[in-house]
Amino acid sequence: MERGYKKRRPGRQIPSDEVITMENVTKAYSTGAPALNGVTLHIKRGEFVFIVGDSGSGKSTLIKLLLRELVPTDGEITVLGYNLKRIKHSKIPKFRRNLGIVFQDFRLLKDRNVYENVAFAQRIIQTPNREIKRNVPSILATVNLAGKYKSKINQLSGGEQQRVALARALVNKPTILLADEPTGNLDPNNSWEIMKLMEQINENGTTVIVVTHNREIVNAMKKRVITMKKGVIIEDEEEGMYIDED
Amino acid sequence: MRISSFFYTIGQGFKNLGRNKWYTLASIATITACLFLFGLFYSIIKNFEHVVKTAEEGVSVTVFFNEGITEEQILVVKSDLEKRAEVREVVYVSADEAWEGFKTDYLGEYADGFTENPLADSANLQIYLNDVSMQEALVTYIESIDVVREVNRSEVTATTLSGLNLLIAYVSAGIIVVLLLVSVFLISNTVTMGISVRKDEINIMKYIGATDFFVRAPFVVEGILIGLIGSAIPLVIIYFVYNHVITYVASKFTMLSSLLDFLPVETLYHTLIPISLCIGIGIGFFGSFITVRKHLHV
Ligand SMILES: Nc1ncnc2c1ncn2[C@@H]1O[C@H](COP(=O)(O)OP(=O)(O)OP(=O)(O)O)[C@@H](O)[C@H]1O
Ligand SMILES: [Mg+2]
Repeated sequence: MERGYKKRRPGRQIPSDEVITMENVTKAYSTGAPALNGVTLHIKRGEFVFIVGDSGSGKSTLIKLLLRELVPTDGEITVLGYNLKRIKHSKIPKFRRNLGIVFQDFRLLKDRNVYENVAFAQRIIQTPNREIKRNVPSILATVNLAGKYKSKINQLSGGEQQRVALARALVNKPTILLADEPTGNLDPNNSWEIMKLMEQINENGTTVIVVTHNREIVNAMKKRVITMKKGVIIEDEEEGMYIDED
Repeated sequence: MRISSFFYTIGQGFKNLGRNKWYTLASIATITACLFLFGLFYSIIKNFEHVVKTAEEGVSVTVFFNEGITEEQILVVKSDLEKRAEVREVVYVSADEAWEGFKTDYLGEYADGFTENPLADSANLQIYLNDVSMQEALVTYIESIDVVREVNRSEVTATTLSGLNLLIAYVSAGIIVVLLLVSVFLISNTVTMGISVRKDEINIMKYIGATDFFVRAPFVVEGILIGLIGSAIPLVIIYFVYNHVITYVASKFTMLSSLLDFLPVETLYHTLIPISLCIGIGIGFFGSFITVRKHLHV
């Protein structure tokens, strides 16, 4: 699946277990100060990483760069061997099939039921029907929604909706799971459930990157924590803590 | 593409039709109107052509020759003329045949008074054309042959018929082109609406890794379906209307029926069905394709 690392630029070699490499990445929108300013970041296969920081510090921008929704103004981004600055437009879908994505606002298809929402992700990458019928119930069981597969989206609680979104992100067996404030709209109990699910997914080998404002969970889970402020990384610690604003 | 993906795409195309019903209906209605007019003009023109063709088959150019010319010389000119593309048939009428024809047509029993053929020099060639509009050029050519004395033609009928035919063709083509443009515009709007209604879904598809083709195809299918429905409806309507009209005219105006020899609907539809379907599906495809190219940068 992954490309060899033949085309890297001279200088630093990307270690073979590194799935995300950002070197001096700057992203400036057309207006205002750069949202990211010279960010360097290395993430290894199988890591669980929290990204925290003030509102407007550039967390979502960073996620969008990793998705190749945005292109960096400067610097290099390599994800799973794909150089995201030079990737051909026609190669982007193939690249994204390695990623699972979860958003704060769930982004489910409200006119379809739970099963269809998850199957949708498989249809898009043209999985044979036979496999869809096998994979979808299995992933719905993983997120504890096996009994709700026929429910309409608007009949679900926020926590359930986010679990559907998580199932959709996971059904294609991504190498990396990216979540931008997945618990932003959820109460503490549901937030914990989602986080625990993501930890479980991580234990099965998926690299997980979670943007969050949830101090309690970050401090309890003892994972790598990257703290951002005004477009730069100010802290990057294994078993890190949520840094309080003074 | 997998079979299941193919059917999924087609299915999504059908669902799109239902998602913004009014736009879909407006698009279908315009294409229907457009192709209905097209079918109508097409039927009229084809029948007109048929009438003209029948009339033209009777239109001939008659060539008379200088005195003292031999039959062999005339036959040389005949085979010469037969080689020309616009010439359908050349009939040689000898002096004796000409006289016989004249006698039966005009003289009857009074012809007995003649012992010699008074039309000794009236051996002639009757030329029937494939295409009356070529008559002028042919006549000029024949007049330049030195053994030719005189060329008689039926100019008036020929030019009026082809002129009227052209006028109808131009006017209808103009109206149809305008309607085609309106159809493309409406289909484009329908698809644009569909895209904006489904913006979220398209975004999700992109995140999950759908190819451009997979995102765009349902909208193009939608356009093609609109075109297909929009061409099928007028074909059905015209079929019944046409049959009704020709039986009505034939029964009410019996004396006209020898003059107006209508084409059977089957003959007409032999060409009208493929043309209508091509135009309908073509504008459906074109209208939706340019729109997804413009609005769906995946
Ligand atoms: N599309 C855009 N155009 C212009 N500026 C933008 C755009 N998106 C974000 N920004 C700006 O870039 C900066 C970083 O935004 P970003 O969304 O990455 O912050 P964030 O860390 O995700 O914040 P939050 O915690 O509130 O989600 C902000 O100053 C924001 O105003
Ligand atoms: Mg954000």
